[in-house]
Amino acid sequence: MDAATIIAKRIAQELRNGMLVNLGIGIPTMVANYVPADIRVYFQSENGPIPEHGMEHPMLTDAGGRPVSALPGACTFDSAKSFGLIRGGHVDMTVLGGLQVDAHGRLANWVIPGKMVPGMGGAMDLVTGARKVVIAMQHTAKGKPKIVDKCDLPLTSIRPIDLLVSEMAVIAFPGGRATLLETAPGVSVADVRAATQAELAVPADVHEMRL
Amino acid sequence: MKTIDVADAVAMIPDGASLMIGGFMAVGTPERVIDELVRQGKRNLTVIANDTAMPGKGIGKLVRAGLVAKTIASHIGLNPETQKQMIDGTMEVDLVPQGTLVERIRAGGYGLGGVLTPTGVGTVVEEGKQKLEVDGKTFLVEKAMRADFALVHAFLADYIGNLAYALTARNFNPIMAMAADKVIATAENIVPIGVISPDQVVTPAPIVDYLVAHE
Repeated sequence: MDAATIIAKRIAQELRNGMLVNLGIGIPTMVANYVPADIRVYFQSENGPIPEHGMEHPMLTDAGGRPVSALPGACTFDSAKSFGLIRGGHVDMTVLGGLQVDAHGRLANWVIPGKMVPGMGGAMDLVTGARKVVIAMQHTAKGKPKIVDKCDLPLTSIRPIDLLVSEMAVIAFPGGRATLLETAPGVSVADVRAATQAELAVPADVHEMRL
Repeated sequence: MKTIDVADAVAMIPDGASLMIGGFMAVGTPERVIDELVRQGKRNLTVIANDTAMPGKGIGKLVRAGLVAKTIASHIGLNPETQKQMIDGTMEVDLVPQGTLVERIRAGGYGLGGVLTPTGVGTVVEEGKQKLEVDGKTFLVEKAMRADFALVHAFLADYIGNLAYALTARNFNPIMAMAADKVIATAENIVPIGVISPDQVVTPAPIVDYLVAHE
């Protein structure tokens, strides 16, 4: 299983019946492929729809502008309402990519000054307003830790994330402290520590990710 | 509302104009107006839009032709040509959180001075902005925004200019149609009055100045 699949499958386990969920571009979008069969989830795309499965149209697209499908029961609305849902606390969970996360769970994911300037899109609103923020990211970038003491990239929000899922570990931030919850199959606590710059609390009951 | 040829519509837009352009990754963007802007070579434009699409599509055509002096958008990540012009300094780019961008435009169209939003507090987005505490929560004051022209694309337009949109091609279009001095609309289908039922009209005819006729 490749890193992206491990991350997407594990995050899909966070979905609950009836949730309204916003998925970012990239690995987060893959989470939709692993929705448990026995639950119904509403997905919100940043430009409006809550799609499921069944029809394609050039005017029905995801947050990357690609055609998607929608089951009966989907609905569309303008961008102001879309962000009203996001900032207004109506989105139960968002899954976003990350460039860096600090020891307290603060995220940087929208710019590498002078190098890569994609812009924040909806990320700042989502991290500020969604009830639960889950970050899907590779544990390291070219061997360098992405979970750091302090982000040197510009922050997305001062609101800390709730959960980080990498191909190595699941980390939560209770009380503003990075805490290891799970390790991937074949990955030891020592491996995770070695790949993490931020100080990591390791409780006694760390278990293996079930995939 | 007046019906107009696309060439005459674009001829009204002077060099240096500010344009709100509907669409999300070119979905719901008035492509015929964009093509005509390129053909007439309108220069020094300020573009206010969610994104600059991708190279050669939607607003990406204006970027490629070097017609845009300034962009106010939330995301330019899928258009490397915009990023290059920003880094080279040939285009000024103001990146605004998407929810803030749409609310600033909405405020501009709704007669408000701006909005208070928690988005961006404690980040670089707050630089140079007023902060207000309301009931113990901190907000940024984000000012309203208007433009000289809104260029919008609808799914249905009737003969007097009522507009209805389709699926995700709605996005910023109806919000922008409220926030510009002149509104130029294109539509996939132009239909008789009454075909769009009153409850389905999203943009009311009186705010649409020009409806671009089919070729």
